[in-house]
Amino acid sequence: MTPRPATASRPDNAEPLLDAIDRQIIVATQSGLPRVARPYHAIAAQLGVAAEEIMHRLQRMLETGIIRRIGAVPNHYALGYKANGMSVWDVPDERVHELGIKIGTLNFVSHCYHRPRHLPAWPYNLFAMVHGHDRAEVAAQIETIASLLGEADRGHDVLYSTRILKKTGLRLGV
Amino acid sequence: MDALDRAIINNLQGGFPVCEEPYLEVASHLGTTEEELLRRLDALLESGTLSRFGPMYHAERLGGGLTLAAMQVSPEDFERVAAIVNAFPEVAHNYAREHALNMWFVLATETPERIDQVIAAIERDTGYKVYNMPKQEEFFVGLRFEA
Repeated sequence: MTPRPATASRPDNAEPLLDAIDRQIIVATQSGLPRVARPYHAIAAQLGVAAEEIMHRLQRMLETGIIRRIGAVPNHYALGYKANGMSVWDVPDERVHELGIKIGTLNFVSHCYHRPRHLPAWPYNLFAMVHGHDRAEVAAQIETIASLLGEADRGHDVLYSTRILKKTGLRLGV
Repeated sequence: MDALDRAIINNLQGGFPVCEEPYLEVASHLGTTEEELLRRLDALLESGTLSRFGPMYHAERLGGGLTLAAMQVSPEDFERVAAIVNAFPEVAHNYAREHALNMWFVLATETPERIDQVIAAIERDTGYKVYNMPKQEEFFVGLRFEA
């Protein structure tokens, strides 16, 4: 895993601003890009739209964050990341933003969110998914997060996944 | 997996170009040919080393609803409840986890309003309380795994 710069969080309530052609592009590409020399031309031919138009719209969706990125999604189990833990933290609400950004920059954290507590059953408000080759590696990652949080860590836990009960992926609302 | 496969996995987790011949551009950056890159990508997808190749869309920005939810299910009841939960098409992922809250699933719906309806239906059909934990703020998404 490679280090990367901090990313600012963004609101998710921005207007989607998608028209019918955008939606056709999304449907045509959500399971993957054609693996042919000119993939955007292949989509263009399929949809009956000019290739320049397809590329322009994809670029715009990248800029507006509707597309997070274009690339490969590795199966982390296949790459040897067998220990996948949902680490959860109880931190003061007034510091969750600042701390979440900090934790999100760690190179072993794949997702980092502020989520609601459900007291008394669930006291945690900061979630960070961590990945290692084994549980010992994950335990060391948890130590790193705990020391970063310092006294803001009022309690934490790691929930390892023991079984995938279902994984069909997201069906996008288009 | 050889060095070229690793280079493909490590370099292609984002930033795939939007241009006329993007595979050619990536191939020359990696010091290989377009044909070889396409062949390798096919093989990595075929073997399941890569689960997808293409644009990753941001579900909420497309206008849908998305949330993480959890339940505390009695061990003897777990399979029955898992079957009920999994039968909902809105359940995209469902994981068993080691905790008192032992079932964690992601709901993805066509509209944000639909989330509450599906949660109510799951509670009704299973007889268990659902803890809804929608994200309040996103700090980071998108780990790059090193092969």
